[in-house]
Amino acid sequence: MTFLFAASVVLIVVLLVFELWTGSALPRHKFGLNFFFTKVWDPIAEEFGALPFIYGTLVTAGVALFIAVPLGIGAAIFLAELAPQKLSDPLQFFIDLLAAVPSVIYGLLGVFIVIPLMRQWIQPALKSTLGFLPLFQGPAYGVGFFTAGIILAIMVIPYIISVSREVLLSVPRDQREAALALGSTRWESTWKVVVPFAKTGIMGSIFLALARALGETVAVTMVIGNTPTISSSLFSPGYSIAAVIANEFTEATGDLYLQALIELGLVLFLLTFVLNGLARLLMLLTTQRGSGMGQA
Amino acid sequence: MTARLRWRKLVSGFMLTMTGVCALVAVSVLFFILGYLVYHGGTAINWDFFTKLPMPVGETGGGMANAIVGSAKLLLLASLIGVPIGFFGGIYLAEFSGSKVAFVVRYAADLLNGVPSIVIGIFAYALVVLPFKHFSTIAGAFAIGLMMIPITLRSTEEFLLGVPRALREGSMALGASKWSTIIRVVVPAAYRGIMTAILLALARVAGETAPLLFTAFGNRYWSPGWGQPTAALPLVIYNYALSPYEDWHRQAWAAGLVLLGLILTVNIVARVILSRGVAVPRS
Repeated sequence: MTFLFAASVVLIVVLLVFELWTGSALPRHKFGLNFFFTKVWDPIAEEFGALPFIYGTLVTAGVALFIAVPLGIGAAIFLAELAPQKLSDPLQFFIDLLAAVPSVIYGLLGVFIVIPLMRQWIQPALKSTLGFLPLFQGPAYGVGFFTAGIILAIMVIPYIISVSREVLLSVPRDQREAALALGSTRWESTWKVVVPFAKTGIMGSIFLALARALGETVAVTMVIGNTPTISSSLFSPGYSIAAVIANEFTEATGDLYLQALIELGLVLFLLTFVLNGLARLLMLLTTQRGSGMGQA
Repeated sequence: MTARLRWRKLVSGFMLTMTGVCALVAVSVLFFILGYLVYHGGTAINWDFFTKLPMPVGETGGGMANAIVGSAKLLLLASLIGVPIGFFGGIYLAEFSGSKVAFVVRYAADLLNGVPSIVIGIFAYALVVLPFKHFSTIAGAFAIGLMMIPITLRSTEEFLLGVPRALREGSMALGASKWSTIIRVVVPAAYRGIMTAILLALARVAGETAPLLFTAFGNRYWSPGWGQPTAALPLVIYNYALSPYEDWHRQAWAAGLVLLGLILTVNIVARVILSRGVAVPRS
């Protein structure tokens, strides 16, 4: 009897893929691969190109990782290597709570706190110091790729920290002791021995974070500006795959329009599917290696 | 040589301090979030918020009674979908696993856990909203119920596997069948852990907005029964925060404070219970 319940989980996933696939038949046949490489999104003329949304999704996720990876790994190193357990456990507890904060709350703070802060202080400051780069040019609207990326960074940091900390803690103790006995400083033993040992697992945590960032909807929709543009400036308002689905799905008139949005959903599903798979594989590899070396 | 050593120690000290700064920054974000919500939401919250319906557009005052009830109804129905499948599926994985089927189920659950919530929304739209031709509580609950399945499933499995083998063998040795061993011995032993995991799953989906956008849809009035569009707290926060009205912004903060307060309370309680240990003590 319990088998039926277990099997229904598989059934749900199969049905999900089936619905996404058949639900997007029209645009897949009409546009083919051009769907991904054209940038006109015109529901009235029934022309649908997903490039601006794919661009926005990738750019915001890129900004997020650029900030979250060093910060997250740094914090994980502190929690796993340096802090005594009495400090490390409560800090990890707070990090777990941070992971539980719903995305709409991040969106709320993004709209009322981060956007004004960006417009008045951070973006002008970046413009006057790094303005020679095309990344930091153009008017400071507050909304846009950069703000969305920062919000995403805050949202994925807990995942990077939690997973990386686990992986770092699973590194066998003798690795550290050997490095220290050979006369390395604490940082050298961490950076040159422990971190390389845990490298694949840390990569796994980054893929996991990337998958989260790509699929995040509400917080991004609230701060990205919702304009389908492709711009080299991070200050420009943009759009992401998840955001366009959220905004236009209920208003989509006509089958082709609705199915184009479902195809975007399919793209998002496939992206996260691949990234989550990679993440799990990498984490599996490290834990196996860790336990294997521990026994040796 | 000593200069070199001094330099290495300096680098070591500096980098280790930097990792501490990283940890501090990450943790302080939580307190910034809490601080802003308490500051803005605390002043905005009042009795009307819990008891009144939203006022017509443009008028100030009113509350979110319908969204609070809507969220509660959604969570209730979602548990009816997510908990049985997750719980019995988890029993299957823990007690009858080892087969290829178990591997496939585990894989499917992890896959489902990774699906972006907006895609779950599309799925629920295609499966529930289109056939009924109505946005409804049922559709919204179906969407977030699906999201509860993988969390409940994997944690049920984990806690059941944590039950010592000796308990199972003792029960079997006394002549109990496998099924009655599971129901009378194994599940009661893992009961607290599983309940906590279900609470955590509820807290996780309670804040979900994206899958509700085109399933529950939102409503400015009471939603009678289960077949009508319904308001929910996360949806109202989303809509009010993006609205141009000052008073709606105030209410969005209040709703944010209530929602986050509930979610964090459940999380703290659950994690304290879990950290005290839920497995059966091995005497």
